[in-house]
Amino acid sequence: MKESYVGKSIPDIDSALKVTGKATFAFDFELPGMLYAKLVTSLHSHARILSIDASRALEVPGVVTVATGRDFPYMLGIYVGDREVLAVDKVRWVGNPVAAVVAKSLEAAEKAIDLVEVEYEPLKSVFDPFEALKPDAPILHEKLGEYRTTSAFYPKPGTNIANEFKIVKGDVEKGFREADLIVEETFKMPYMSHVYTETQSVVARYNEDGAIEVWSSAQSPFAVRYLMALSLGIPVGNICVYHPFVGGGFGGKASLHWEPLVALLSRKAGYRPVKLVLTRKEQFTIAPVREGFHAELKVGVKKDGRLVAWKARFILDSGAYGDYTVNVTRAAGYSCAGPYHVPNIQCQALTVYTNKVPTTAMRGFGHTESHWAAERMMDLIAERLNMDPVELRAINLLRPGVSTTSTGDVLPEDAGNPEQCLRAAAEAIRWGQPLPMPKEPWKFRGRGVAVAMKGPSQPSNAASSAIIKLNEDSSVDLLVGTGSFGQGTTTSLSQMVAEDLGLPLEKVKVRRMRSTDTVAYTWQTVGSRSLFSDGNAVRAALEDMKTKLKAVAAEALRVPARLLEVADGRVFVRGRPEEGVAFSNLAIGYTYPNGNAIGGPVVGFGNYISTGNTNLDRETGQGVPTIFHTFGATACRVEVDVSTGAVRVEEAVQAFDIGKAINPLLLKGQMDGGYIMGQSLALHEEMMFDERGWVLNPNLSTYYVMRAKDMPRDIKEIMIENPQSDGPHGARGMGENVMLPVAPAIASAIYNAIGVFIKDLPITPENLWRVIKEQKPALLERAKKSLLEG
Amino acid sequence: MKHTISLVVNGVERTLDVDANKTLLWVLRNQLKLKGTKSGCERGDCGICTVLLNGSPVKSCLVLAVEADKHEVTTIEGLAADGALTTLQRQFIEHGALQCGFCTSAFILVGHALLQRNPAPSREEVVEAINGVLCRCTGYRQIIEAILAAAEIERVR
Repeated sequence: MKESYVGKSIPDIDSALKVTGKATFAFDFELPGMLYAKLVTSLHSHARILSIDASRALEVPGVVTVATGRDFPYMLGIYVGDREVLAVDKVRWVGNPVAAVVAKSLEAAEKAIDLVEVEYEPLKSVFDPFEALKPDAPILHEKLGEYRTTSAFYPKPGTNIANEFKIVKGDVEKGFREADLIVEETFKMPYMSHVYTETQSVVARYNEDGAIEVWSSAQSPFAVRYLMALSLGIPVGNICVYHPFVGGGFGGKASLHWEPLVALLSRKAGYRPVKLVLTRKEQFTIAPVREGFHAELKVGVKKDGRLVAWKARFILDSGAYGDYTVNVTRAAGYSCAGPYHVPNIQCQALTVYTNKVPTTAMRGFGHTESHWAAERMMDLIAERLNMDPVELRAINLLRPGVSTTSTGDVLPEDAGNPEQCLRAAAEAIRWGQPLPMPKEPWKFRGRGVAVAMKGPSQPSNAASSAIIKLNEDSSVDLLVGTGSFGQGTTTSLSQMVAEDLGLPLEKVKVRRMRSTDTVAYTWQTVGSRSLFSDGNAVRAALEDMKTKLKAVAAEALRVPARLLEVADGRVFVRGRPEEGVAFSNLAIGYTYPNGNAIGGPVVGFGNYISTGNTNLDRETGQGVPTIFHTFGATACRVEVDVSTGAVRVEEAVQAFDIGKAINPLLLKGQMDGGYIMGQSLALHEEMMFDERGWVLNPNLSTYYVMRAKDMPRDIKEIMIENPQSDGPHGARGMGENVMLPVAPAIASAIYNAIGVFIKDLPITPENLWRVIKEQKPALLERAKKSLLEG
Repeated sequence: MKHTISLVVNGVERTLDVDANKTLLWVLRNQLKLKGTKSGCERGDCGICTVLLNGSPVKSCLVLAVEADKHEVTTIEGLAADGALTTLQRQFIEHGALQCGFCTSAFILVGHALLQRNPAPSREEVVEAINGVLCRCTGYRQIIEAILAAAEIERVR
């Protein structure tokens, strides 16, 4: 009997290991004779390194070696190779690693790092990206013009600009001339930390024959392997990257991180394995975080609400390295008008170096930022035109098959239904219906809604592959390279395999500890791309495998292959299921009763490469940047306490057009998880810096991340299924999308509740209090009065 | 300096020589190699290193190993020790109450302790109990529902 797996709620295939504590993370991984590394970091935000004296550190019992930047003269990076393994001539932020100690115990390494003496000559620093753009600003990267850069990015040597991205669609000035109303505003988002629960962890062993083994908490094992080989100038095949379970990623573990350093330390320590685990504090001060974002928007609109001109300038404060943030900038730029159709668009987005912690990708990158600005702007326009914010959005949403996006490509007809998402979310929150106010006169309620869209922001040729091996007992090994850090993609891919072959799910095996040596290539596990790209590769591998099975079965059954069908773990004659052969009799070849054999071991292979994407034009940004778009909306109801500035989300709705829910249980988990991360960044998260560039809140008591008490009691997930014709089973990606509209929806609801307009995140009680004081001081006075009167 | 302590870990008495400055977390993970206990901050903020000390949740990064001398410690390895998952563990699986899995041991131990003490907790009591543990993936709803469901099943039994 055939059981249907696609569309079924099935727990994550690794759940049993996770509930028993048996899932092994890089954080847990040990090798015999393993040594421990600790980093010596800079106390200066910008300084020349005059000398490094490690002699006292080397005297600490147990210390094996101390390395400095000069030992490892390699430049690292994915898009712009601007990262040093350890600082060479100068440090660029407080926390910049300048040396690494390797010792037999962590305690010895910890003791020794304090004994490494570094002499610095302080240089002038710049912390504000706008200051960094001025002609007399101190330059962070004097050699910017010499760095390895991929073709989509345009650093400006001699400045602090790591990338400039531009959009020119139509004629924005003409658009403004046609507009009945022009609205201008600025918006901000602060630096934030991913706060994945497992801090970055790497174990590496450099072998004397040149082979390197790496066990890493990285999201994307193949990107680690390739970028490491590229950076170190060694053959790709010398490196094997193992992928254990990973404790969260959210983009912060994409690309390459400490793997080259730890491997090089292993070599320097006499080819012994070395482990580096960052502390939580180091996650805030050394590891890359999410950039700070500044937006200037000027938007022209007709009286009836139609958008006619959209001009954006985005400044991305990328800290000391622009490596990945150049692509965040590109993504922010090409999504500058959010999910809306605007005929005339002009955008300039800049990645700007400052002497702060370096930054990288984070869930929904570029789009979290651009949508914060765009969706706030839509509320502002709705207010100025005295229009319903939902109707204003509905009028302007991109229409599949009709509208052109910011990059000038027609939104494909099968891109889902943006308006359906908006309407579903609005309806579920009972938009426009009376809303009872709380009893206390200093508390107010309001509703808000926001829409977003995003596709994978990746190179135009990002590819995936899959291998499916049939085993003697009819089970299959599914060899895919996509990382496992909680998204459940390997479960969904296994469901597709079980469904197609008619096997019980238990017969589809995905290894617990995978490696680049043993699984099929995929570019990265980022950008909500895996279910779609790796899913398409798996579907292709299934077709390949079925073709091969049928070819052997055709001979065995003496029936043309075209008359055969594959289901229930068997190949049989269509319409006559009793005339068939079981997988187990085909897996390593078919044997006739007389001993003759045909076929041989059966392996299915499939690949996928992004199709139809183009490079974006350097001057206009026009082209096709993504393989699909996923639309969705968040609606919420909040209670605002004017007396404290506290915002409580009472109810939230997530409505996303995901094409096909392969696994509703895991999908809902993503929708809820994306929701709370969005709420957390909306209401709490901000890395704060002092005037010397030190992080003021590098821990989880002063950098607050939402807890169980903060989750709205009511959260509703609406899964809209307008299929994507080239998606596996019609599915499109959604892991990041589910976070994008959350912050603007909350800000919108606050506006609806108390009439104050939020431009900057986070909306902490003190920040909200300031905004109320500025925009509606009478509200505070009234709240105070009613509180005092009890 | 080393101290000799005795702990009953998951029902088994262990006598250990530990440094005075070592935390219970360190001893569990590094001396006893019980790596099901994770840690996320080592300063009592995230709760991911939670274990049970005499049946009550403690952040093991804030307890010195010598303080745990002569006490009972339960780690995730102590549940389902005979191979059969507990009702709570099964409900975590069924409800999708885990994603990356790094905080899961802590939530299950907190939930286990709650249900031992209060077999019929309200939703608010569950939320209160788990509020000290950070999860960045799930949104908590599934964790709350898994604990409530486990309580329900155990009560009916």
